Amino acid sequence: MSEPMLEIRDLTKNFVKKLDLAGRIAQKLGSSIREEVVHAVDGVTIRIEKGGVVGLVGESGCGKSTLGRMIAGILRPTSGTITYKGVELTEMNPEEAKRAALEIQMIFQDPFASLNPRMRVVDIIGEAPVAHGFCKASEIHEYVSEVMQRVGLDPEYRRRYPHQFSGGQRQRIGIARALAVKPEFLVCDEAIAALDVSIQAQVINLFMDLREDLDLTYLFISHDLSVVEHISDRVVIMYLGRVVEVAETDDLFREPNHPYTHALLNEVPRVDQRGLDYHPIEGEIPSPLDPPPGCHFHPRCPHAMDRCKQERPELREIAPKRWSACHLNDGA
Amino acid sequence: MSGDVPTLDVRNLKTHFFTKAGVARAVDGVSFSVGKGEVVGLVGESGSGKSVTGFSIIGLVDPPGRVVSGEVLFNGQNLIGLSPEKMRKLRGNRIAMIFQDPMMTLNPVLRVDTQMVETIRAHDSSISKRDALARARDALGQVGIPAPDERLRSYPHQFSGGMRQRVAIAIALLNKPDLIIADEPTTALDVTIQGQILYEAQKLCRETGTSMIWITHDLAVVAGLADKICVMYGGRIVEQGAIDDVLDHPVHPYTRGLLGSVPGHNTRGQRLYQIPGMAPSLLNLPEGCAFQARCPKADEACKQEPEITEPVKGREVRCFHPHLDQDEEIGA
Repeated sequence: MSEPMLEIRDLTKNFVKKLDLAGRIAQKLGSSIREEVVHAVDGVTIRIEKGGVVGLVGESGCGKSTLGRMIAGILRPTSGTITYKGVELTEMNPEEAKRAALEIQMIFQDPFASLNPRMRVVDIIGEAPVAHGFCKASEIHEYVSEVMQRVGLDPEYRRRYPHQFSGGQRQRIGIARALAVKPEFLVCDEAIAALDVSIQAQVINLFMDLREDLDLTYLFISHDLSVVEHISDRVVIMYLGRVVEVAETDDLFREPNHPYTHALLNEVPRVDQRGLDYHPIEGEIPSPLDPPPGCHFHPRCPHAMDRCKQERPELREIAPKRWSACHLNDGA
Repeated sequence: MSGDVPTLDVRNLKTHFFTKAGVARAVDGVSFSVGKGEVVGLVGESGSGKSVTGFSIIGLVDPPGRVVSGEVLFNGQNLIGLSPEKMRKLRGNRIAMIFQDPMMTLNPVLRVDTQMVETIRAHDSSISKRDALARARDALGQVGIPAPDERLRSYPHQFSGGMRQRVAIAIALLNKPDLIIADEPTTALDVTIQGQILYEAQKLCRETGTSMIWITHDLAVVAGLADKICVMYGGRIVEQGAIDDVLDHPVHPYTRGLLGSVPGHNTRGQRLYQIPGMAPSLLNLPEGCAFQARCPKADEACKQEPEITEPVKGREVRCFHPHLDQDEEIGA
């Protein structure tokens, strides 16, 4: 099997809310008050092959954005390793680390918040490539024009400010900024969620064209299963910080294994389904501050057994290229 | 016989916003009707005028906006030009509205029971507080809130997003309205929670015969829920008809483009159809058909305003060049 481009092992991220002075005094005096720990990402292992598109799906609070940010180097993992092209991120020498940081770029959800409103487009896109020596400061306009053309923006607009663009165009600026440093791996965090339907299609097509032209690898984070089905080769489903199922896209949508995946697939509205009788799964998404013991999904799962309440199911290979974390697979 | 009178009949409604930058024709000649117990989906992208249509019906358009002309017949009574007192008697009583953000309906500093009792007694002061509370509890139970007795004494911030939306729906239901206008009520919610809300909405219409206008940008949500669909673009309904007819055999080029741009089953790896360009600003819509600049079929005729025609039985379309041959390629 070929060397994966990116390999994540047992990656964990905890956010700790430290006690303030009053809290610490109360604790000393015997109060049961404790630091609050959010297990945003809890032991996640994923392999991403070169040129592949992996879709990462989950509902709010499942840790999908935190995972993306750790890969892009914005957040530091609490434990676990991220291996990029065979070298662990934390063990790279400064030269390698810089190269990895440039090669892994991120595209954000909100095209309004992720662009500096006081900078011209030419500077937003051109700042990083000049700083990192991809082009000379004197050639910034030519360089930026070329990148803008690639993402379908008129280079004439390069002296404008972000507020002069529509949402879809702004997302293209965000994509151009990421592409300007010649990345090989893109983390797209809900990159099309804020766009209108007809604009979504334009950006999805752009992502697919770029993949072909530039041989890019994507981690495509989204809550929208139809988009993920359209664009990904492989899908990772997360629930409350843990991966519950990994499968090739076709397999997953044809035959979901995990009960949570089942529920998700049943509930995604589709244009070709009319006059539905909705049979929603019950209950709320538990707070990641206080996740249920055992399998996180057991309070909402229709097949929950006693074992699910105590023992955490491991992510195991249940068929070639398919992994699922559910006790039901142990055979009854 | 009153059975022939639809619950709501909107005729040639025009709502314009008189801003400093010019007149924005947000709603410009919209006509549709909602029968008893019928769910009508009002679909469009941002700025298409779908929300303003909803606000105009319930009389909540603020200056500089104004309903310029048209009629809104609610059970035969014209709501346009009704005195504020009379309108207030209807609003929250016979017609209710659910907003995208439930915090818009809920007062953050009042307990849920206070708000619900107020809603009941504002319209019928002869009901005792005790009876009103009982009704409030029933309404909460009806929308699937567990332990309604306890939840009545909670404040809105103690609820999760999905639960808050349920409370908003419960308040809308309190006085058993004839019509509910739902403005993107599930857009901010997670997939499994959205499924639950859709389930409650559907149950409600079937059980109580309440009519509903479901405003959304998401064709897939409307597909599963609605009986009838109205597609809006640039302040006008460009196509309306029975849900199956419109989604399976769209006739207006915009509807066709929109459906083609939705990713879904069997589209993986293929390019999505993309509607070129972006939605025009309501401040300077082109003369004639608002879609002409993005339409593959546009020609000289489209510079005139297209009237409503019925190219297929039961379908109202504003287009000079409807797609009557369904085998034709999108965009051809």
